[in-house]
Amino acid sequence: MNTAARARERKEKPGPLEYMRQWPLRVTVIATLVFLYLPLITLMVFSFNDSRRNIVWQGFTFKYYEKAFNNASLMEAFGNSLTIAFVCTILSVILGALTAVMLWRFRFPGKTVVEGGMALPIVVPEICMGVAMLVFFARVMPWPQGMPWPFNLGAIIIAHTSFAFPFVATVVRARLASFNRELEEAAKDLGASEWRTFWDVLVPHMQPGLIAGALLAFTLSLDDFVITFFTAGPDTITFPVKVYSMLRFSVTPEVNAASTVLIVLTVALTAIGLHLQNRNEQKAKA
Amino acid sequence: MEQSWRQAKTAFAAIAVPPLVWLLLFFLVPLAVIWAYSFGENVGPVTIDLTGTFANYMRALEPLYLQIFWKSIIIAGLTTLLCLIIGFPVALAIAFASPRMKAWLLLLIMLPFWTNLLIRTFALIAVLRENGYINFTLEWLWNNASGLMTLLGLQPLGEFEPLTLLYNNFAVVVGLVYVHLPFMVLPLYSALDRMDRSLMEASLDLGAGHMRTILLVVVPLAAPGIASGVLITFIPALGAYLTPDLLGGTDSQMIANVIERQFKRANDWPFGAALSFLLMYLTFIAIAVQALVQRRGERRGT
Repeated sequence: MNTAARARERKEKPGPLEYMRQWPLRVTVIATLVFLYLPLITLMVFSFNDSRRNIVWQGFTFKYYEKAFNNASLMEAFGNSLTIAFVCTILSVILGALTAVMLWRFRFPGKTVVEGGMALPIVVPEICMGVAMLVFFARVMPWPQGMPWPFNLGAIIIAHTSFAFPFVATVVRARLASFNRELEEAAKDLGASEWRTFWDVLVPHMQPGLIAGALLAFTLSLDDFVITFFTAGPDTITFPVKVYSMLRFSVTPEVNAASTVLIVLTVALTAIGLHLQNRNEQKAKA
Repeated sequence: MEQSWRQAKTAFAAIAVPPLVWLLLFFLVPLAVIWAYSFGENVGPVTIDLTGTFANYMRALEPLYLQIFWKSIIIAGLTTLLCLIIGFPVALAIAFASPRMKAWLLLLIMLPFWTNLLIRTFALIAVLRENGYINFTLEWLWNNASGLMTLLGLQPLGEFEPLTLLYNNFAVVVGLVYVHLPFMVLPLYSALDRMDRSLMEASLDLGAGHMRTILLVVVPLAAPGIASGVLITFIPALGAYLTPDLLGGTDSQMIANVIERQFKRANDWPFGAALSFLLMYLTFIAIAVQALVQRRGERRGT
């Protein structure tokens, strides 16, 4: 095919379905992706750079990773963050699943109010929730001081769970919409108890929603800075709060290294979550 | 069909009590305490008297604070507008890409959303600061241009002056757009993806250009998606704390920074509580306006 024919062919199908083929949109998409990724990629690349000013490439080094791993308080903060995220995920999945089942299964007086109340933690600005938690744990229900690890993290875990579980509920409820209620009735007719029906019929159906919700809760907790900033005490520093205080002093390549570890971790977790979800969907189709 | 709670009281109690108690105790009670404090007065270093005074709200309406509220609304509005201008073509391109490409592009848009907010803001600092990547690139270009001019026998350009891109309002808006862009693209995409494409084809067949089709056919059809994208970008941008704190200068304080100062440094909890509730009311107003727009759109659609 000569060039003229190819050009004609291209001209002949300018269908609206081919926006991705038109250069203005293509340029916009590429520019947006560059805008989103370039800062993160340079941050990751320069964490291996053998220079403190980290702007000109000076050679490859693992020095700053070593430094970050040897920084005891940074590692402690990292451990705290993972522990909080883990416990918060378990609590959020349980509470979120119960919320979703409650709103999906039952008719009860004041349901609209409950639905609105469950949406509140999603829409209330983080800063408002942060100061509310600060006051709550300072005046209303002081968390006992000097508890052994990990119980000293209780206040942060509670605060994180309060904003994470309504997100889980939304995800699980969307999944429940596709459940055939007759299956539940059939199980009960065949003599299964309320509990067995819930555990053997409803929970397996909810599973993809539960996994997606767990992933969401985990990243929301790991990501949170503002609310933790108001609930964390001097001995309960999380990773974002620690990085924040390091940034206040100076921007060191050590922070780059620690951030890179966290980025890789979250990307890996997301990949695993998406993979599990895909596998489940394929299983459901088969 | 939903079951009445009366038919299975034990099951209902077992399912409903844990989340409801949690929500009440660990969310509504803390908010209620703040709300009560917003009508209180500082009488000692740690004692607050709930006197039912409106003084905190009156103080929040003084020009100084009113101006900060106004500025926060402007910055959040500008952020939302920029996100819409950038996000709309991106969402359009994704919605009309091939299925395989679509999945990848959606993943690429969502991935930064899973990355830590603090890290993303920190990454921007390295790009924008005085000896950051942008200024570094500009300096390199400047020096090359200068060298070229000398080569051509012209006057060299003189010393390169780095641009101040950080610690000002510009940096705050760039940072907010950077952080909130995925929030805008995803609802826009889902609205555009569900749209009836034959209407676009009809418009194009009848001789309208692409711009006209987009403005007169696509935008009205995608209006609910645009409205929800605007809302979920505007709300977090309005209450943003970290971005103005790290990227802003002394004059780019947003309302969340003022609230933080009342609680952490100024130790004026009643006033901070009043500001928090004003911010929350603004958020609710934004949600109500969106709901109204949506309802009107639906009524027109049927």
